[in-house]
Amino acid sequence: MGEFDLMTGLYVFVLAALAGREVITKVPPTLHTPLMSGANAISGIAIVGAIIVAAKAEGALQVTLGVIAIAMATINVIGGFMVTDRMLAMFKKR
Amino acid sequence: MDTSIQLTYLLSAILFVVGLKRLQSPATARKGNGLAALAMLLAVIATVLETQILDWTWILVGVLLGGVIGTAAARLVEMTSMPELVGIFNAFGGGASALVAIAEFLATPGIGASTTGVTILLGTLIGSVTFTGSFIAFAKLQGLMTGNPIIFPFQNAFNALLLLAAVSLGAMTLGVFGSGDSQTLFYMFCGLALILGVLLVIPIGGADMPVVVSLLNSYSGLAASAAGFVIGNTVLIISGALVGASGLILTQLMCKGMNRSLANVAFGGFGGTAGIDRSEIGQRPVQSADAEGVAAELGYVNSVVVVPGYGLAVAQSQHELRKVGDLLEERGVDVKYAIHPVAGRMPGHMNVLLAEADVSYDKLYDLDEINDDFGNTDAVLVVGANDVVNPAARDPQSVITGMPILDVDRARRVIIMKRSLSPGFAGIDNDLFYMDNTLMFFGDAKESMAELVREIRELA
Repeated sequence: MGEFDLMTGLYVFVLAALAGREVITKVPPTLHTPLMSGANAISGIAIVGAIIVAAKAEGALQVTLGVIAIAMATINVIGGFMVTDRMLAMFKKR
Repeated sequence: MDTSIQLTYLLSAILFVVGLKRLQSPATARKGNGLAALAMLLAVIATVLETQILDWTWILVGVLLGGVIGTAAARLVEMTSMPELVGIFNAFGGGASALVAIAEFLATPGIGASTTGVTILLGTLIGSVTFTGSFIAFAKLQGLMTGNPIIFPFQNAFNALLLLAAVSLGAMTLGVFGSGDSQTLFYMFCGLALILGVLLVIPIGGADMPVVVSLLNSYSGLAASAAGFVIGNTVLIISGALVGASGLILTQLMCKGMNRSLANVAFGGFGGTAGIDRSEIGQRPVQSADAEGVAAELGYVNSVVVVPGYGLAVAQSQHELRKVGDLLEERGVDVKYAIHPVAGRMPGHMNVLLAEADVSYDKLYDLDEINDDFGNTDAVLVVGANDVVNPAARDPQSVITGMPILDVDRARRVIIMKRSLSPGFAGIDNDLFYMDNTLMFFGDAKESMAELVREIRELA
């Protein structure tokens, strides 16, 4: 983590949020529920962090926390993308 | 870190943005969601390659467990329960991010007043608040606890004090002042953060849950970003920021749809139905019609706009409504659906329910798109909606003053399908019911709709 710079992180965060705002403002209201559940799945990106902390966990407590974190994030990712797909499949034009 | 792994993370971040961009049209949205899922897969693969994993057992146990639960939830959930599902998924996302921060704290003894220390506390705080707050939102939506606001004296002052206490504990954990075992102090900090999540959501009423779910969605993104700062991982920061922005935009739209400020939703204790005098409601004469009469009103005109509200979904009569629309179209009537921003229980909820009932998405219009058309509309059919068509919103004296409404009263004929004259969430009477061009079509939405289908078929 020595190479990670806080300021650079902040730049990345702010620019990503601005890009997100530009893209998401144009999502039509009709797709706001899939947008939310899809975004929800994306917030499951915590799975990356969960794997990293679980991999270096020492002792029962850290391992347990790591496994719970992985399980919760996976529910978010798998469930989120699947239910979003299920909804979007219903949007048809006749 | 390996450059190829860094580039994979970058590709993943790009795909997240492109995937979200594809959500700008229903035609490309499904592919967009697929791209975002691919982005996630890439990020996970890069992480697994980057991290030296000595023991796979527990990691696989976690993934398998989460995968099974997530799959089952996604397949089994009813579309009417989407707000609950998103609520509980928010909880898990926030919880996972909080645990990442907590595990990092435990793995870094003697952390002191460093930037890592601050980011760990921030990640723990946001993640924990999201976790318990989302659970409370879920319980309210699911009816496991009262939907009315839970209010006590000096609530906001108490919450502010609690937040101050949490900040102080955080500072003590990092050894800024005071003394004590940093681990114990940290656990107390976690406890306070969890309690704060509960306290922030209980004063908010059931009707305001769309705002809360959107806001907590935003928090779950910020929690992921904070976790990214903790472990120094850029893809977490980027994805979290995207979700944070998305949740915030939806929150603002929901607030606008109800003409309330976020502060008013969060601290106002509004959204219940207690304490409003209802004695005058429903005491005035109305004109009513039966299914046969309504069929005649709808079947011989040029244009009909349907205004569905959440009552429609409660009665599970979306499919019958679609049949009414189909039959009218067969008769040459132009049928459109007007959807208010807060028609469902979460942003865009009603659109999903109608899509499920096979209504073509190009017939769904939002408030701004359709409001000017009502003046040229022959008949409006309002089903299970109330406050969102209440002209009292134009009256400066009303409790819903300024709330954007669908201007259905400008149509030549308004037909309102409703069980009784009882008020909606706002708890006030609706002048629309008593207007000269209004017909009340009383009855259970599902039965009435089925009768209406039969009667339209009977029309010559």
